[in-house]
Amino acid sequence: MTKGILGRKVGMTQIYDEQGNAVPVTVIEAGPCHVLQIRTVDRDGYEAIQLGFDDKKRPQGKRINQSQARRSERGHVSGKLGSKRSERRAAAGIEAVPKAECEPKKFIREFRGSTDGYEVGQEVTVADLAEVSNVDVQAISKGRGFAGVMKRHNFSGQRATHGVKKVHRHAGGTGMSAYPSRLFKGKRMAGQYGAKQKTNRNLKLVRVDEDNNLLLVNGSVPGPNGGYVVINETNHVG
Amino acid sequence: MSQKLLDLAEQSSLKEDKPQFEIGDTVDVHVRILEGEKERIQVFSGVVIAMSGSGTREMFSVRRIVAGEGVERKFAIHSPRIAKVEVTRSSHVRRAKLYFLRDRVGKATRLKERRRS
Repeated sequence: MTKGILGRKVGMTQIYDEQGNAVPVTVIEAGPCHVLQIRTVDRDGYEAIQLGFDDKKRPQGKRINQSQARRSERGHVSGKLGSKRSERRAAAGIEAVPKAECEPKKFIREFRGSTDGYEVGQEVTVADLAEVSNVDVQAISKGRGFAGVMKRHNFSGQRATHGVKKVHRHAGGTGMSAYPSRLFKGKRMAGQYGAKQKTNRNLKLVRVDEDNNLLLVNGSVPGPNGGYVVINETNHVG
Repeated sequence: MSQKLLDLAEQSSLKEDKPQFEIGDTVDVHVRILEGEKERIQVFSGVVIAMSGSGTREMFSVRRIVAGEGVERKFAIHSPRIAKVEVTRSSHVRRAKLYFLRDRVGKATRLKERRRS
């Protein structure tokens, strides 16, 4: 697979490079991630590794609330949970599927590509990205709700005076006249803005801090501070 | 927690011997200037009228009068381009931002000197 890792956006700051220039950077707390599963062509039809990031709480006692790992989530990472089915399969001599044997995870994503050199339970840390120069960062962007055309599409709006009445932040005309008597598809209008998966591509990886599991990426990254992000070595050409 | 991580990221860009001065001090700011290959030091001296920000974004403003015209320059304290900051005179001031100096000319811009113990 291409080198990738999961992380959490911490926030933005600036650091100075050797020439004394201030460089705007986003700090991402990335990993350590566990390999939870390996997808193979034989079983799944494609090759990928599944990484998990950020431990999920185990339930205390019988009541499980939403932020705690359910039995299915615990069973995904541990083979020791036991079930009637696993007992039957063991009795029939079927080998158990290997499990990561780690804490249940909150954020799980798959990375497509060759799985050579990866095994279930292996730890992936930022050290794996030490050689990488540029990355793509994917996340859910901040939700802005139902936004007007000025915010959503950078329209200019209309004049403040000269007879404009109550339409200062509106779009202008949206079409022509008797011909074609309809709107063209894809006309940019007001609507839901944000809260959508976005990728910022080809961002320079300024620093990899292996001691503190931090990545410093040049420029901005989608989503709020504290939001989960997927970091991939970029496949951007040129 | 996240502020701690941001501090860790900034740490390498912070100066260990951060220049020490206060609002109202008259300072000589030594700025490194690259001219082609050669590096030169330029001195900008004036009164510190404001400080802002924290961490790597900590800035200070210096005001001086050049040829009868007020000039203000803002510097980043931790920027490697600031070679050093020398305090030549300290004054007694009662506020954090000395923007009132902008409205004054000549003798009125003087600040009462403070002797450091």
